[in-house]
Amino acid sequence: MVGLIDLVEKLTTPHPLDRYLELVRPTFTLRQMRAEITHVRRSAVGSVTLTLRPTRQWQGHVAGQYVQIGVVIDGVRHTRCYSPVNSDRRRDRHIELTVKAHPHGLVSNYLHENAIPGMVVDLAPAAGIFHLPEQRPDRIVLITGGSGITPALSMLRTLATEGYAGKVLFLHYNRSPEYVPHRTELEALALQHNNFRVEMLYPELGTDANFSYDELERLAPWFASAQTYLCGPPGLMKAVRTVYEAEQLADRLHSEEFVLTVAPGDPATAEGEITFSGSGKTIENTGASLLEQAEVAGLTPEYGCRMGICFTCTAVKRTGCTRNLRTGEVDADPDQPIQLCINAPVGDVDIAI
Amino acid sequence: MAMLTETPAGPVVLSREQIEEIGAALDEIRARVTDDLGERDREYIYSIIKAQRGFEIAGRGLMYLGFLPPFWLAGVAALSVSKILDNMEIGHNVMHGQYDWMREPGLNSRVFEWDTVCPSDQWRHSHNYMHHTYTNIHGMDRDIGYGILRVDEAQPWNPLRLGNPVYAFFLMLAFEWGVMGHDLEVENIVQGKRKWLDVKALLKGQIRKAGRQVLKDYVVFPALTGPLFLSTLAGNFTANIVRNLWTFSIIFCGHFPSGVQTFSEEDCAEETQGEWYVRQMLGSANIDGSRLFHIMSGNLSHQIEHHLFPDLPANRYPEIAPEVKALCEKHGLPYNTGSFSQQIGSVWAKLFKLALPPVLAGKPQPAGVIVVRRGQDSEVGV
Repeated sequence: MVGLIDLVEKLTTPHPLDRYLELVRPTFTLRQMRAEITHVRRSAVGSVTLTLRPTRQWQGHVAGQYVQIGVVIDGVRHTRCYSPVNSDRRRDRHIELTVKAHPHGLVSNYLHENAIPGMVVDLAPAAGIFHLPEQRPDRIVLITGGSGITPALSMLRTLATEGYAGKVLFLHYNRSPEYVPHRTELEALALQHNNFRVEMLYPELGTDANFSYDELERLAPWFASAQTYLCGPPGLMKAVRTVYEAEQLADRLHSEEFVLTVAPGDPATAEGEITFSGSGKTIENTGASLLEQAEVAGLTPEYGCRMGICFTCTAVKRTGCTRNLRTGEVDADPDQPIQLCINAPVGDVDIAI
Repeated sequence: MAMLTETPAGPVVLSREQIEEIGAALDEIRARVTDDLGERDREYIYSIIKAQRGFEIAGRGLMYLGFLPPFWLAGVAALSVSKILDNMEIGHNVMHGQYDWMREPGLNSRVFEWDTVCPSDQWRHSHNYMHHTYTNIHGMDRDIGYGILRVDEAQPWNPLRLGNPVYAFFLMLAFEWGVMGHDLEVENIVQGKRKWLDVKALLKGQIRKAGRQVLKDYVVFPALTGPLFLSTLAGNFTANIVRNLWTFSIIFCGHFPSGVQTFSEEDCAEETQGEWYVRQMLGSANIDGSRLFHIMSGNLSHQIEHHLFPDLPANRYPEIAPEVKALCEKHGLPYNTGSFSQQIGSVWAKLFKLALPPVLAGKPQPAGVIVVRRGQDSEVGV
């Protein structure tokens, strides 16, 4: 198949074959993976669950991993990462994503309001090391908060489909019951599997306490012999880590950071650190353009006009927020190509040069 | 032809305040357009891409009926349109970064390749960087004559210049190859200013890219039509030539008609953004025409707007052109535009005139605009 594609691309050169096929149908691509939204469900307050049918390149995910999707909003393709919430044993190759609409989240709000069946998104292969080991541990603790529930949900559903016989505690923190996505299904899972304990706690309602050693000890006295998977907001992550470190169980705790696009700070102030991850250098931000700061740091990135017209100095910004010195526009999206000569960092920034 | 700006009292003089005012007005236009970019621009570029692909497939398909002359001609016409759209409204503009904001991997300036023998990375250097940064500065902008032609009085005359129109004619026929060789700076190699070693990597890239293009147009597609091999080969060759004639003509109308100014390095030292803008306006020329004409020229018929804002999507140029023109009129600046026949006629007249030694060619045009910089008058332009 690949040989045949190569042959046909001799004819379409210099354009890849997909650039022709996608014009016929966006999911007709041979190399580039995409997915079509087949179902949209808005059950929990503030979140939407999408069922996606990926194109044939999809190789599946391992419960706990995430995928990156690309969504076009007002002409611009934005990419975000979400963890599939379905069991990784799902036979029809579809994936299910639950997206929580964050207050300033462009993509999450867009999907929450506008996602309809038939919409096509870009899809990258599943990635991430936050997943269950192939050899299942005898005891598992899943601790999540807010939208951190998604990878753990996939894990729990996978364990349920494969008839896992060990003990599981699923501990989830949220604002109130109506915000918990897939709540009724979680409760049903707990009823069907008496080795699964599902606990939903709502500290903000005043009915439950925040996470603590005592709480964990009460719900899963066996937690020290379990493998624990943790994903949630920074406060919860910190509280859980503190407990596990005190118990010298840090090696049994597996966690995934929330990749939230942080709202940029005050663009006028020069704060934070610039990491040039391609060369392993880190310097204090002085507020000058990234090109100038890279040169001060002793790097020699390729450049041309130094005024934003020739695009020679374009490099990939891995993470962080940058401000366009010509337009004042700020960009906080990860993995974006930016022009070094007319962009300055706002806070911590990682540039791949 | 007299400079448009020449008044009975002499050339137009621009004060420093005026230049800053022009710069601010242009920055404002730019900001307004960048704020407004969105779905409309996306739809526009994809509609052009769809049209280009349609013409390409039609052109390749019609070659199977190439034994019937009308079909052969239709095939050549469709393929020519496809190649022109690919090179101009798509390739040239995408590689300027005009659609980078869309974050579409297929329309990214860093990775886009176009349907000509010139590798896109080399073109981005010679065109996006050298030409667009140092527009019309002698010794910096190699587009002044492309190292072959005499297109400005400030280039010295020698007897070899007598062949000027002949060189131009051959450059026109083989324009894509000329564009490919542009970044090699062959005359600098001949003069010993550039070593062969420096161009080894460039040559490698050119052989690779040109090889694929030649294989596609002159081997694989002709072979696919079996007994019509020669007819298809001739059709593809003709389409490439048609594209060359057209792109050469449009591009030469952008900077070489009468009335455009050139500059010296001293003129442009330590330029402000406003002065840079003024230089771009004085050094470029537009072509009047219909919407279809503008699309087929990649909107390089709006060369003035393109040089002011090379990274704004080209479909925006016609929209902002009236404002740029009004700004020029307000300050008495030339806004060099004319019909295609006027502009291309003026280009060829210049190519013939500058073949002759200065004694025969007559006096060079005086500068039409004098710009006051840091308290001093500058003779030619900025």
